[in-house]
Amino acid sequence: MRSSALKHIRTVFAVLVLLLFVFLFIDFRGVFGDKAFGPILYLQFVPSFLKFVIAGVAASTGFIIILILTLLTGRTYCSFLCPLGILQDGVSRAGGLVKRRFRKYGYKKPYTILRYFILVVTAGILALGGVYVLTILDPYSTFGRLMTYFVQPVALFINNLLAGILGKFDIYSVYRVDIKPYELAAYIVPSAFLILIGLLAFRYGRLYCNTVCPVGTLLGLLSKVSLFRIRFDQDKCTRCGRCSMACKSSCIDFLNKSVDLSRCVNCFNCIDACKENGMSYGLVRPKRKQEKPDDTDASRRGFIAGSLVLLAGGSRLLSAQGTTPSPTRDSTVREDRLYPVSPPGSSGIEIFTSRCTACTLCVNACPTNVLQPSTSQYGFAGIMQPRMDFHSGFCNYDCTRCTDVCPTGAIMPLMPEAKKLTQIGKAVFIKENCIVHTEKTACGACSEHCPTKACHMVPYEGRLLIPEVRDEICIGCGACEYACPTRPFRAIFVDGNPIHEAASKPVTEELNTVPSEFPF
Amino acid sequence: MKRRNFLRSSLGAGLAAGAFMSLGGYEKAFAGKRLPSNVDYDLVAVMGGEPAAMFDMGIQALGGMGAFVKKGQKVLVKPNIGWDVVPEKGGNTNPLLVKRIIEHCYRAGAKEVYVFDNTCDNWIKCYKNSGIEQAVKDAGGKIVPANSESYYQEVTIPNGKKLTKAKVHELVLSSDVFINVPVLKHHSSAMMTGALKNMMGVVWDRGYWHRNHLNQCIADYALYSKKPSLNVMDAYNVMMRNGPRGVSVADLSNMKSLMLSTDWVAIDAAGAKLMGKEPSSIEHIAIAAGMGIGKMDLATMNIHRMKM
Repeated sequence: MRSSALKHIRTVFAVLVLLLFVFLFIDFRGVFGDKAFGPILYLQFVPSFLKFVIAGVAASTGFIIILILTLLTGRTYCSFLCPLGILQDGVSRAGGLVKRRFRKYGYKKPYTILRYFILVVTAGILALGGVYVLTILDPYSTFGRLMTYFVQPVALFINNLLAGILGKFDIYSVYRVDIKPYELAAYIVPSAFLILIGLLAFRYGRLYCNTVCPVGTLLGLLSKVSLFRIRFDQDKCTRCGRCSMACKSSCIDFLNKSVDLSRCVNCFNCIDACKENGMSYGLVRPKRKQEKPDDTDASRRGFIAGSLVLLAGGSRLLSAQGTTPSPTRDSTVREDRLYPVSPPGSSGIEIFTSRCTACTLCVNACPTNVLQPSTSQYGFAGIMQPRMDFHSGFCNYDCTRCTDVCPTGAIMPLMPEAKKLTQIGKAVFIKENCIVHTEKTACGACSEHCPTKACHMVPYEGRLLIPEVRDEICIGCGACEYACPTRPFRAIFVDGNPIHEAASKPVTEELNTVPSEFPF
Repeated sequence: MKRRNFLRSSLGAGLAAGAFMSLGGYEKAFAGKRLPSNVDYDLVAVMGGEPAAMFDMGIQALGGMGAFVKKGQKVLVKPNIGWDVVPEKGGNTNPLLVKRIIEHCYRAGAKEVYVFDNTCDNWIKCYKNSGIEQAVKDAGGKIVPANSESYYQEVTIPNGKKLTKAKVHELVLSSDVFINVPVLKHHSSAMMTGALKNMMGVVWDRGYWHRNHLNQCIADYALYSKKPSLNVMDAYNVMMRNGPRGVSVADLSNMKSLMLSTDWVAIDAAGAKLMGKEPSSIEHIAIAAGMGIGKMDLATMNIHRMKM
């Protein structure tokens, strides 16, 4: 096919996909239903691969489709389905608009050693049980973080501006949503990638995809032998070089009339650029030898073992305290949190940290903001993986949204009734910090918020009541910790269960006290 | 349109409620005719009906909504929407009651009726699952967010012992009439939640109250100049334990009651009694009565009791 319609179809498709993913990640109003996430994310390569291989979800076959698609058509994924790739195309376009000469397209040699080194290291560490290199390099997760850390705050700012204006006219359908930054250390990786990818895309098009991205490199191995591919019409080509100058991947060597298929992302710009109809996309007789991805046999056991080692490093670290109004009297006893709290549906810290690529979709989807990117709570390798931060919010008793949105299988679906009995941690009461003990005045904010009354009030001095925790019915939702008014240390906090446990159902007896007359 | 809708729905509710109704001035409520004002009642208590029908009856005893809402006024109706629970769980004010109150406000000529609560659980889920968002919309009112500090303005509380200032929702300041619609419940912190305690949902920083003598702060807030003109206490399904969120429906007592009063200490005292507690045993009620905010001695009150 020589039609420039290919490029236009690609552009329209890609813009729609990009918009879909942008909205998915900045959806602070929860417009996307819980069940919408699965189908949308099905074809994202790394999440689908992890969910299939590590979480063992047989239905997660999206990555196989992508592999087949690549064998048939080349790296179509990179231009049509990868949100990070499409985003870079947008940035490249902006770069071209700003200053065409500034953009350095044209054929360049690939950084072959570097790209295969990155692929081998990523796959190797994954095989040994560490997801953390993939966490940093997975294009889908990188895109997600760019949206969450940098785009969503802008969207919220605009929303709040609008809400303020509409509020003046008595319209409240647009409501304000407070912008709450994460812990500073969580910004290191996303900021570095924002700069790296931004600059590379601005000047060099798809250089990042063809050098750093392990998915790009892997699919490049397959696209070398794809059935459909970009090719020169040897007779028509005048070696004018327009194709090469239009190539975001810098993979067209027009002097030798050859295309480096491992780097070609099927953007079809070259077809559009060629005045002589000398470039086309079409069927090529496949070669006999086909390469298979070599990292599909990663050992599950290895993952868990590796993650255990990781966990040992950083699980004792405490979370930083947020800024809050100063109390009448400061609380004195520090919360001694042995383990961070991983989200419900994650089964436990080891499994969670071995599967999560920190795409932050759950962080955005969580209606209470209890899910926050970690800094060192899961250990250094677990940076950015979400944890339950009960100073930011608490887990809504009836909510299972994070379990529905997770694309990697790090958080597996839970039915609401199962979630209500999943104990992710246990509340620990520190009497020395409690208002009832220190001020001798009534409080009970913790018990007030407790959905199971695991945290309940028992007689203290005089008519005062003081909290007490029943471990067996506590699910670790953190409502108590969130509500506790003492500062800087809370009088009640949730210590994570390294492996989630089953809580007992709260027992209540029937009441028989319906009055038939007013007692006054 | 609103008036016609109201009359139509009133007729339906009236027919339904009529079956349960003993003799009384109830049908007059639907004739659109106002009875002579009897606002000298300290408390009006209704028992045995559905929330909307009990309100129709109760408000009539106080001279109809016209005694509180004048034509063209902006009204704030403040229910308890604190928890992400369905109406059957009794954790929030009954949505049918909220709906009926708003309808009465519009019927009395209100320009606009606003509803909000600074919720404990996620506010969107609370508004939705409580059924109150829909009820407000159905009645033609406006449900307003209260989830951001920017909706709140600082005010001073004159003579407050512990609470001398608070950030209150802008609608408390901008509305002409304030109707407080708490749900009666057991409460683990304040022992009971009713009219006075419901004000924790119009301020931003509740934690300050908890840190600084909770019950004194609850009473102190009642000194703030913008007080409810009317308190309507939902005691249809009363949470007797495990409050304020409740663990199961087994915590509820189906009292089918409703109380109205202009005195929020009096209505809380009656609520306490309904839950089998002495008003004086609820610290914030005792403090508020002691500060002269209202009466808690039910024996000396002019109470109008009605059964349906």
